[in-house]
Amino acid sequence: MNAGTLFGLCGAALVGLGLYGLITHPEPLRKILAFNLLGSGVFLLFGVIARRSAGAGLGGDPVPQAMVITAIVVAFAATAMAVALVLRLLQETGRATLNADNPESTSTDKGNS
Amino acid sequence: MTLPSIFDIGLVILMLGIGASAIIVRNAFAAVITFVVYGLLLSLAWVRLSAIDVALTEAAIGGGMTGMLLLGAVAPLRLAKTDGARTSLPVRLATGVLCALIAASLAIAILFPPETILTLAPTVMENLAQTGLGNPVAGVLFVFRALDTLLEKVVLLLALLGVWSLAPDSVWGGIPGLRIYARPNSTLTFLAQLLPPVGVMVAIYMCWVGAKEPGGAFQGGTILAAMWLLVIIANLKSAPSIDQSWLRLLLVFGPAIFLVIGIAGIVMANAFLAYPSGYAKPLIVVIEFALTVSIAIALAMLAAGPPERVRQQ
Repeated sequence: MNAGTLFGLCGAALVGLGLYGLITHPEPLRKILAFNLLGSGVFLLFGVIARRSAGAGLGGDPVPQAMVITAIVVAFAATAMAVALVLRLLQETGRATLNADNPESTSTDKGNS
Repeated sequence: MTLPSIFDIGLVILMLGIGASAIIVRNAFAAVITFVVYGLLLSLAWVRLSAIDVALTEAAIGGGMTGMLLLGAVAPLRLAKTDGARTSLPVRLATGVLCALIAASLAIAILFPPETILTLAPTVMENLAQTGLGNPVAGVLFVFRALDTLLEKVVLLLALLGVWSLAPDSVWGGIPGLRIYARPNSTLTFLAQLLPPVGVMVAIYMCWVGAKEPGGAFQGGTILAAMWLLVIIANLKSAPSIDQSWLRLLLVFGPAIFLVIGIAGIVMANAFLAYPSGYAKPLIVVIEFALTVSIAIALAMLAAGPPERVRQQ
């Protein structure tokens, strides 16, 4: 087994781990963290595919590598947005949960009125 | 078994172990710290996959910046009421089976690659000589797929607009509250005085060398952002209020330069985002430097979060 395949299997396992955390964790912050783990697994899979299609004296295909760089930056932007949303939810309702069944969650709009 | 393969196996075991503990551990603070360590290990994996540019980006943004962002959110959320309801055991078991299935199917796709493997590497190398760049990844980012890179900058600005718009009306245009409750002690102040000059030099070098070697605007911009945040956290300088016009001008400066050069390409080189032959490298270096400034400010402001207090007049 070469290094590429090994890291590819690692990426596949990370996708599974991240997805498990995303579904089972009740806290939104942990869901965001798990989603980042899932994303990094996907990037790693993409990197392994880039490694596999190496050619022209390069260690890997530069097109997927450039796309992964773009993806990492966009993932950070999305994470920042998600964290800001969770903290705003906390500010508005005093709670940080995505459970909509709770009657307390019908809070009045304090900040933007 | 050769030494590199032992290293790779150890690295994969460490990554999976630390990744799993970031998911399993109960304490959110521990989970975030674990995630930062995971990010650093992941960048080692990128080095092993011969993707140095990606490794630098992952270490700076994926591990460092994301870790700081999550860390800032742990403290306020720790006091929050949670439902206390953990997902029930049958649901967790079912989820585990589902996720294992997904991981297994991805693993099968990796273990049995297609017969013919498509690659764009030779095409990139053929056309790279015309651009005068030495780094193929920079070539893809700023020449062959320049539109992606331009739009990505727009995404950063849109995300920042989204984060800012979450501020309550009363503090709109105010100062972002960095949600780090570190007591400014002598070590932190010392580091915040010692590191930024070095960091600024490294960032400029990283940006300059990006045309030839691994590095570039993203990595340089992230280091600049980190240095700025360090100074703000150590309370040596306050974060700027978001209604300052210099801040907003610098935020759009990089994408605007990129766009102007791109539109000039319609006249000069017959295509949007094309560079006139012979001038590609100088133009790309100008774009990279302008973008580094804008990326640094956008990343730092994204990490700082929405405004939380009004500026003292």
